[in-house]
Amino acid sequence: MNQPVILGSMAPLAAVTVQDVSKLYGSFAALRHVSCEFAAGSFHVLLGPNGAGKSTLLRSIAGLMTPSAGTVRVFGQEPTIVRARMAYMSHAPMLYDELTAMENLRYFARLQRGPVGCDCNGSPEMALRAVGLDPALARPIAQFSQGMRQRVSMARALIADPELLLLDEPFSNMDAAGARELVALLVDFLTWPLHGNPDAKRTVILTTHQLDLVEHVADSLLHMRAGGLVAPKAQAA
Amino acid sequence: MNYLRTVWLHLYKDLWLEWRSKDALTGMLFFTLLIAVVFAMAFDPTGNPTLARQMSGGLLWVGLLYAATNALNGSWARELRNQVLDAHRMAPSPPSALFLGKALANLLFVGVVEVVLAPVFIVFFNLHPLGQTRWLLLVMPLGTWAIVVNGTFFAALGLRSRNRELMLPLMLFPISIPALLGVVQATTGILTGEFEPNMWVRLLFGFDVIFTTVCLLLFGTVLNAE
Repeated sequence: MNQPVILGSMAPLAAVTVQDVSKLYGSFAALRHVSCEFAAGSFHVLLGPNGAGKSTLLRSIAGLMTPSAGTVRVFGQEPTIVRARMAYMSHAPMLYDELTAMENLRYFARLQRGPVGCDCNGSPEMALRAVGLDPALARPIAQFSQGMRQRVSMARALIADPELLLLDEPFSNMDAAGARELVALLVDFLTWPLHGNPDAKRTVILTTHQLDLVEHVADSLLHMRAGGLVAPKAQAA
Repeated sequence: MNYLRTVWLHLYKDLWLEWRSKDALTGMLFFTLLIAVVFAMAFDPTGNPTLARQMSGGLLWVGLLYAATNALNGSWARELRNQVLDAHRMAPSPPSALFLGKALANLLFVGVVEVVLAPVFIVFFNLHPLGQTRWLLLVMPLGTWAIVVNGTFFAALGLRSRNRELMLPLMLFPISIPALLGVVQATTGILTGEFEPNMWVRLLFGFDVIFTTVCLLLFGTVLNAE
């Protein structure tokens, strides 16, 4: 069994613990004995070529995929139990093509908080403005560019007010300026107080190929190749 | 109460999506109207009104069943597009509320088709029901719910299979045989006036209660299956 790699700044509390996790599809191993910890309150980046296992690891943390072996713990519990405390953004937008950005966000905000939940920590309008889109835009998502869909998808993740934000290649369809704005937003996101629990720390884990965008803000960089960890490089917070 | 509001949230979303796209209703309406015309031409119902009464119940439900199958597949295809289903899996709301909202939306869509199709069948098959037509107010919703609740569940079950359009009828039709038998017999009884449909209505009611309960209980497992 591999020794766990502890990633992140000085904070000892782990938001996510991955213990000897493997994921097999028939004879193909998408993840091979991965062990690591992601410290709470930090910005973590998963790097690696296509097929390295970044998305599989992220989906396992989100509880969308059950590992073939090993355990994943988020805030010390099964991922499926603490889904309300995290949000996941895939490289697909996870939005309805027929609805406008605001209609999509209102729907998912109500789903996340319950139909009578309040917008105490940010309304759909605020989330859209935060990602640089106009809430009055009345076009359905199907007519949005890929980059705009990505922004709406980010807004969908933010309105969940998550303690743990999981982002799978969030800059993949964005122009350079838009990607830099998104990085700045994510850094700012880490400082937002959590509604109902001001002492809790927010954590971001994202996968990307664009190291230059996140290198200067990341608390930890985790390199993956062929389903395994290559070399962690921890930075001071 | 919150549960019912979540069901309403899903139902409203599905109605709104259908209003925007009109995918399910347009396809179902054209398909069922086509079936009514083809059957009317094939069987010449005006020549033999008694035979027409005996057959029209079965023909009506066969048309509805095939049309509903197409719409049921489409209702889940929307959730697969853009991986929206993953957003539902991540949401803390109960999975059964998503299922119930979608089943109710499908019930309304098939209900609209029935409202349009019933007068067409009456005209094409020259139908003058000889039984008590008030029974239809019970038989139609019960029969439609039997198709829709199982169809919504099995469409979700086959969601990740490559041949999901084929999988749905293969799973849905055999398991719905008791309900189909009940609804066709009850409708025929009402149209011909030859027998009371009480027993078949009781069968339909029992089928609906059992399968609705089972589908609601198992949907969480189906939604989170890989």
